[in-house]
Amino acid sequence: MKVTVRLPGALRELAGGAQVLEVEVAGPATIRTLLDTLGAGWPAIERRIRDETGVLRRHVNVFVGETNVRDLGGQDASLADGDEVHVIPAVSGG
Amino acid sequence: MAVLLAIGTRKGLWLARSDDRRSWQLGGPHLQMQEVPSCAIDTRGGRTRLLVGTKSWHWGPGVLHSDDLGRTWSEPEAGAVKFPEDTDAAVKAIWQLKPDTADRPGVVWAGSEPSALWRSADGGETFSLVRGLWEHPHRPTWEPGFGGQAIHTVLPHPADDARVLVAMSTGGVYVTEDGGTSWHPSNTGIKAYFLPDPWPEYGQCVHKVARDPVEPERLFAQNHHGVYRSDDGGKSWTSIADGLPSDFGFPVVVHPAAPNTAWVVPLVADGHRFPPDNALQVWRTADGGESWTSTSDGLPESYFAAVMRDAFTSDDVAETPGLYVGGRDGSVYASPDGGDSWGEVARHLPDVLCVRAASLP
Repeated sequence: MKVTVRLPGALRELAGGAQVLEVEVAGPATIRTLLDTLGAGWPAIERRIRDETGVLRRHVNVFVGETNVRDLGGQDASLADGDEVHVIPAVSGG
Repeated sequence: MAVLLAIGTRKGLWLARSDDRRSWQLGGPHLQMQEVPSCAIDTRGGRTRLLVGTKSWHWGPGVLHSDDLGRTWSEPEAGAVKFPEDTDAAVKAIWQLKPDTADRPGVVWAGSEPSALWRSADGGETFSLVRGLWEHPHRPTWEPGFGGQAIHTVLPHPADDARVLVAMSTGGVYVTEDGGTSWHPSNTGIKAYFLPDPWPEYGQCVHKVARDPVEPERLFAQNHHGVYRSDDGGKSWTSIADGLPSDFGFPVVVHPAAPNTAWVVPLVADGHRFPPDNALQVWRTADGGESWTSTSDGLPESYFAAVMRDAFTSDDVAETPGLYVGGRDGSVYASPDGGDSWGEVARHLPDVLCVRAASLP
């Protein structure tokens, strides 16, 4: 199945300037398997989203459609073919 | 002779360059909006490599290098520093980057939060965890200081590559004499006034340690209250705070070539973290701490900013070393003559976290 990953500006350079990645993920897919797949193809992007223990970085939000995966069971959130996943830095800092 | 000054701040890196260390050309920010808690200028082998430890509150930490004075930066796709899977740990920040001596080309050390030591054999492009320290039985009992639990000081021994000294707040000084396999605390004589037993084996809040360039067994330490010298590679420590206006502060810096010469930046006290008389002061000893002199001509006389432990450094000019001090008010001052006189390099930068300087090959 195919999932669309929309990247924030800060990570696009790591994808050769692409705003969107079309990622082929084996089903049944979850955010975790999507990020595992990203880690194989785009390791510099994946390690910006998760630390080396596999935990989502605290100030990075990942949405499936319009819902934050933290409200969908975290990385166990399931994905369907054609889903759109947004990676968005949290609004924070000074 | 051109000197390069690297200034790591909370929102990027600035690079300043000078031919006389009095007038400076300031460029930046590089690595915009990334916190730069550590940096190094590695001029070994006749080339200049900049190394920076970065921390993004969103995207995590990194170690980047530049071989063209900051025009381009590189980092391995998989990252330069990351904990092995079995440790179940994640790097929060790189607090220290330390190129080894010239006769160990390619060797660069890193200290991280959480407290871990890392060794690179490829000039700082990739690092391996030093397992002996990570697996030390004391590690679970090291306590985080206010800024976190991190190795902030790494001092390889110039004559014996099996010997390395590290320091952390809090935890204290640890040394290895077998290339990192085994480590033991090395804090005898350093007081931990904030503990029920003020003379513990470890747990001291050592803020920074510097090694004498001529007599490598001689070390200088700025402690969380207390300034000390060791003449035996850290086995024992003696107070050298008499003669200073205060024994509190964060950095300590040594002369790049002359023995027994060190500088500190005193603050009044733990509970009063302003410099004495609210004036930025740098104090120098040229006799191993037997006596101290203020060398602050040209530094601001009204100063309430903080100088972080790595925001004070010397360069490598042996005859008349330059000194550089940055503050969390975004100001940087330089002295071309070992502290006898000071001038401004920059103001209104973001909080300065680290400075390093070197003459360009």
